[in-house]
Amino acid sequence: MLDAWLQIFKRDLLIAFRRRSEIIHPLIFFVMVISLFPLAIGDDKVLLQKIAPAIIWVTALLATMLSLDNLFRSDFEDGSLEQMTLLKTPLSLLVTAKITAHWFITGLPLLLITPLLAVLLYVPTEMISMLLLTLLLGTPTLSLIGAVGIALTVGLRQGGVILSLLILPLYIPVLIFATLALQNSAQGFSAEAQLAMMLAILVLAITLSPFAIAAALKVSLN
Amino acid sequence: MNIFGSIKRLYHQFASPPYFYRISGLWLPYIMGLFVLLFAAGLYSGLILAPIDYEQGEAYRIIYVHVPAAWMSMFIYIVMAITGAIGLIWRLKLAEIVMISSAPIGASFTFLALVTGSIWGKPMWNTWWVWDARLTSELLLLFLYFGVMALYNAIEDKRTAARAVAILALVGVVNIPIIHYSVEWWNTLHQGPTITKFDKPSIHLSMLVPLLIMAVAFKLFYIGSLFMRVRTELLAREQKSKWVTQLLETKSN
Repeated sequence: MLDAWLQIFKRDLLIAFRRRSEIIHPLIFFVMVISLFPLAIGDDKVLLQKIAPAIIWVTALLATMLSLDNLFRSDFEDGSLEQMTLLKTPLSLLVTAKITAHWFITGLPLLLITPLLAVLLYVPTEMISMLLLTLLLGTPTLSLIGAVGIALTVGLRQGGVILSLLILPLYIPVLIFATLALQNSAQGFSAEAQLAMMLAILVLAITLSPFAIAAALKVSLN
Repeated sequence: MNIFGSIKRLYHQFASPPYFYRISGLWLPYIMGLFVLLFAAGLYSGLILAPIDYEQGEAYRIIYVHVPAAWMSMFIYIVMAITGAIGLIWRLKLAEIVMISSAPIGASFTFLALVTGSIWGKPMWNTWWVWDARLTSELLLLFLYFGVMALYNAIEDKRTAARAVAILALVGVVNIPIIHYSVEWWNTLHQGPTITKFDKPSIHLSMLVPLLIMAVAFKLFYIGSLFMRVRTELLAREQKSKWVTQLLETKSN
């Protein structure tokens, strides 16, 4: 069972490193959208500093959603997804391998580039670690929830717009707790409660969403 | 054993499309008739008989539309999740159709609750919209309904679509409490007591009774319009089956 998990994990990483554009495009999107805000708002240091967590988080949310599009698409089209359903290992376990690999490909680079963007938005240096912590706890949840949506829409032609309708409402708790944590720590309060809630949501997502994803994929393969 | 057997038989009988079509046709006039009666009684007692609120004056009377609509918006989503689960587990076609037919009705009630809330908010809070926890979670509920309807319309094969929607409805139902409490927390930390959000007073009996009548009336309206939608959907889906052709023959004679 673990063997199959590792095989798929390695395979997805390998495919991603051979097609590097898939790693880079969401990242460019992330950087570009964030740099649009100072251009639209003007070089207002106080205002930008205040809304920087919101900008980074909303953009991270959209970038994650966009990058999810190729989570199952190519496997769905070339039939390897169908082969995976035939394996002895449950599909719900295998999809976690795909999602973990996907997070390493898209979520981790996002985290790594965030300090740079935080500087662009005048985020104080001592805030950056908290920003990274919320992203570390939040983006895996976004990937897991988003995977349910993408599993439901993978067979559809106009899947992209539908996907955003399906999963953006479900992303709201993560967004709320992450930005609250950042606001609290900016004002010098403890953000432990919000971080604990984010962790709880992550644990819940890890526990439940693989079953929903597997069921949704089976419907889509039908 | 006999009781369970007969319940099971009744359940399967009710889930068979021709039987449901016949029975719902018989019940529909009574349900809608009772709805009209209760709706009239609720409106009369709410708008005319109920006393004026000492704080809000006449404006509070919109509660008799607003609150039942808000109740229905949540109730129907739960109905969708339950019928969705039934449809997924036992592959009952009727459960799938009930789920799908509920979505537009639920979305309409959610929209109604938002609009009446907004109209109510104008004289009370002096603004059309407040990012209040309840308003926000109602808005998000509307988005969830939109997602359900969009997904159903996007998938060509309607049985596949129903199963996909059932999964989405179940995911949504797990998320609704999380969304609700996160929004509540977000709001309370943001705005605190500065906002003039009136505390709901323990409602007087003379105001409560019309509210409950209206709630029952709304529920009957839901059942009635659900039956109409389900009957249309059944005819459309089963148009090639024997009972529909027989029905058409007897109707045309």
